[in-house]
Amino acid sequence: MKLITAIVKPFKLDDVKAALKEAGITGMTVAEVQGFGRQAGHTEVYRGAEYTIDFVPKVRIEVLAGDADADRLADVIADAARTGKIGDGKIWIEPVDRVIRIRTGELDADAL
Amino acid sequence: MELDTGNTAWVLMATALVLFMTPGLALFYGGMVRSKNVLGMLMQNIFAMGLLAVLWVAVVFSLAFGDAGNEGFIGNFDYVWLKDVGPALTTQDFLSFLTIPFILFCGFQMTFAIITPALITGATADRLKFGAYAVFIGAWLVLVYSPIAHMVFAGGWLASEGALDFAGGAVVHMNAGAAALALVLLIGRRKGYPDTPMPPHNLPMTVLGTGILWFGWAGFNAGSALAADGIAAQAIMNTFLAASAAMLGWLVVERIKDGHATTLGGASGAVAGLVAITPCAGFVGGMAPVYIGLIAGAICYLALGIKKAFGFDDSLDVIAVHLVGGLVGSLLLGLFADSAINAVVTNEGLFLGGGVDLLLDQSLASVVTLVYSFVVTLIIGKVIDVTMGLRVSEEDEDTGLDLSQHAEVAYAD
Repeated sequence: MKLITAIVKPFKLDDVKAALKEAGITGMTVAEVQGFGRQAGHTEVYRGAEYTIDFVPKVRIEVLAGDADADRLADVIADAARTGKIGDGKIWIEPVDRVIRIRTGELDADAL
Repeated sequence: MELDTGNTAWVLMATALVLFMTPGLALFYGGMVRSKNVLGMLMQNIFAMGLLAVLWVAVVFSLAFGDAGNEGFIGNFDYVWLKDVGPALTTQDFLSFLTIPFILFCGFQMTFAIITPALITGATADRLKFGAYAVFIGAWLVLVYSPIAHMVFAGGWLASEGALDFAGGAVVHMNAGAAALALVLLIGRRKGYPDTPMPPHNLPMTVLGTGILWFGWAGFNAGSALAADGIAAQAIMNTFLAASAAMLGWLVVERIKDGHATTLGGASGAVAGLVAITPCAGFVGGMAPVYIGLIAGAICYLALGIKKAFGFDDSLDVIAVHLVGGLVGSLLLGLFADSAINAVVTNEGLFLGGGVDLLLDQSLASVVTLVYSFVVTLIIGKVIDVTMGLRVSEEDEDTGLDLSQHAEVAYAD
């Protein structure tokens, strides 16, 4: 089992969701988050005074997948979220020890 | 003179328009402060409508307009407690040109006396103690506003020297701007300024306030004709044109220097133009208001750099917009004043072939207003600071004025 976490530009969320559904996922979790990477923050100007705002709004997507699917799904996300400009985000994959479906108590692959 | 119903109708309406500017100013400033201080800002402005109206009729109207035409520094106590101020015309010689009820003249001037001290609140935003503010604006109206209004508006010394001020470039704007400078030097910078970003919390509120100010300024300037006549018509058009041109002037310079034409810049530019046209409104014509607006918009934008250069914290740029804008307008009147527009103009402006006489008179009036207001405000502010303290405690400043001064919050979660 793997957990795929992706940080993407908010306006790309719909494209990523559509691509992941197309690729056969059965669930995903989404949160609005703030942060910075190489893109750093942005600048606001009020009456000539520049303020640097460090944190940029992003969307965090989490998808659980079987070991065989994880790399393929990560590629799907990357293709859908890419604009080619700085600030497109990151994707990482972690191992997951156990997945439990709360309603039925099913485990691991059965619980995806 | 007989009472004229047309003139009276217009000044009635203009009085309401100018009064509406103070809540407009409250929104203009309120949007620019941080959310924890917005009620503090709104309250300082609307409180001026409470306190200063009462002080005005009690004594300040008489100090400003009593013994009008005496070529002196201050009025007298003839109209204290509204004595002889009622629905009839005044019998006072200098004011006998008025064709409106004397109580209406008193009311129209009252709306100016309310907004002028309120203009200062932008400079001291986020840190002025409410009690100290209340005492300050009361004392300031008596000791600073009334003599300047008398000298310029009521046939006092500066008017007798030949200086012109149609609706308050000196009395209102330079006066408030110089006071703002004195007060920010006394009270010091906001905690964290300039390292901590303090961006405006609600620019839509600021834009709404700008619209109300722009609208109300029609009463401020065209109402200052004190008649429904050609001069009032010229003044309203000059007012609107200067605001528009100043918005353009500000935005062009801002776009070149900072890369963007900002909403706050558009709003600030319009207000700068309204300030600059105030002394000129009924004295210039043709394309002069457009030139005055363009120049004022560009110069006021550049004047934002003054506070950075000298390291003081004029939080909402009262000096750049009101002191500098009022000064630009008053001096440009020395170039553009036109006797064909208004017969009161006896010395025409330099560009109309009148030589430098008016420009010199305007310079004198500007220097006297700036120096008097700065010095007396410094004294009033110092006395309040050593007795009751101007500034809130550090903890109250962190908490914000809304909760610490008024036990309220603007935006419940």
